[in-house]
Amino acid sequence: MKKICLGIVGIVLTFFSAYAQTPQKDSSTYKSRKLTFEEANLVSSYYKQDGNNAAVNGGIGSQKLNDISNTIDVKFIKWDKKDRKHSFDLEVGLDHYTSASSDQVDLKANSSASHADTRIFPSVSWSMENEKNGTTIGAGLSTSTEFDYQSFGGNINFSKKTNNRNGEFTAKAQAYIDKVSLIYPTELRSGGGGGGDDEHYGSTARNSFSGSLSYSQIINQRLQLMFIADLISQKGLLSLPFYRVYFNDNSVHKENLPDTRMKIPLGFRANYFIGDKIILRSFYRYYHDDWGLTAHTLELETPVKVTPFFSITPFYRYYKQTAVDYFAPYKSHTSADQYYTSNYDLSAFNSNFYGAGIRLTPPKGVFGIQRLSMLELRYGHYTRTNGLKSDIVSMNLKFK
Amino acid sequence: MKLVKPKPKINSLAIVAVSVVATLSSCITVKEYQKNKLNDGEMTLSSRKIQKTESSFQSYREGASGANGGKTGGGCGCN
Repeated sequence: MKKICLGIVGIVLTFFSAYAQTPQKDSSTYKSRKLTFEEANLVSSYYKQDGNNAAVNGGIGSQKLNDISNTIDVKFIKWDKKDRKHSFDLEVGLDHYTSASSDQVDLKANSSASHADTRIFPSVSWSMENEKNGTTIGAGLSTSTEFDYQSFGGNINFSKKTNNRNGEFTAKAQAYIDKVSLIYPTELRSGGGGGGDDEHYGSTARNSFSGSLSYSQIINQRLQLMFIADLISQKGLLSLPFYRVYFNDNSVHKENLPDTRMKIPLGFRANYFIGDKIILRSFYRYYHDDWGLTAHTLELETPVKVTPFFSITPFYRYYKQTAVDYFAPYKSHTSADQYYTSNYDLSAFNSNFYGAGIRLTPPKGVFGIQRLSMLELRYGHYTRTNGLKSDIVSMNLKFK
Repeated sequence: MKLVKPKPKINSLAIVAVSVVATLSSCITVKEYQKNKLNDGEMTLSSRKIQKTESSFQSYREGASGANGGKTGGGCGCN
């Protein structure tokens, strides 16, 4: 009798223990149909430069400039009934700069309104990824506003993965419909305008259209590559109205460049994971346009994973360009030139950009803040063979 | 008189094309569970977000742009 009772008690206890555990939701395959916050990034940078070839002064004078830039982007995702992933990206950027050269638009003023400006540039984008057939489509809108330049942009894109999901082809089309305010150097304004803040400026169009094709491919478990080809066409006022050009007869003119430009950049990326701790990131670009400018860019970065949550990344970038056909230094152009510029950004030069960054991704959050999943800091020094030098320090905070 | 054979011209574009074809033909299929190194956050085939302002100042201070996910022209008073 005792054995039967104990046996029944044992069966009952076993029965209850089978239901003792709280059922756990399998979150690994859970896909929310509601709009869910995915991540936010705050990128802040301080940039300062100096040189002696200001385009506002016809290729001479200070190029001192300071810029503070802040961009915040927020990403949301949701899944629809057909198991497709929708991503929504909202971004707002704010640049504020002060410039010694743009202060020279009015040569008579000790300091004019053009010595500083603020640019605001919001954008939104959407994409829909279908994991079953490996396709993604997307679209985006953007705008940018500063005192002398307004821009409206739109883009669409399409991606398709290969059957084995090791390769991906992407096509993108983009258009910018821009408006350039016609702010001339004060001595070149009709009526000898004083350039006061309330002066009404005319404007003209600058439109840019681009197509981009890229293909990425996984080679093996450590190496992946990408090929990129763009084609860009620009039409409208492609010079800047407040840039001066001095001819060899001491006469001063507004910069004058062709009203069309066709650009072809071709890029190549390769990332390789060496051992367990070092990554080699590389980028090469060949560029050519119909203004005669040809350029080569080479970038190398080597993130070193000191621990799985802390890495140090030294980097180096080399850039070389030839001059556009219409460039000549201060007081070198003649009245026989149809197009002319003394903007040293379009002259022949080499540049070196080097520095290092650190990246922290602790599992419990940066400084113990769970939501703050990543902190990245980066410093770079830039030098050009025609004398321009600059420094930039940047920070990226990622919240999840 | 000695006859000198002309040296064959090496077309750099041909070398690049052959290298690309050779690299792509050596691809192996990598399964999702083998992609732990490829999926590392620093292996992405794009510029880092922190490089946004760097790309911007380079598009202002240099004549070339594009093919890097950044500005291609337009949208700013840049080159």
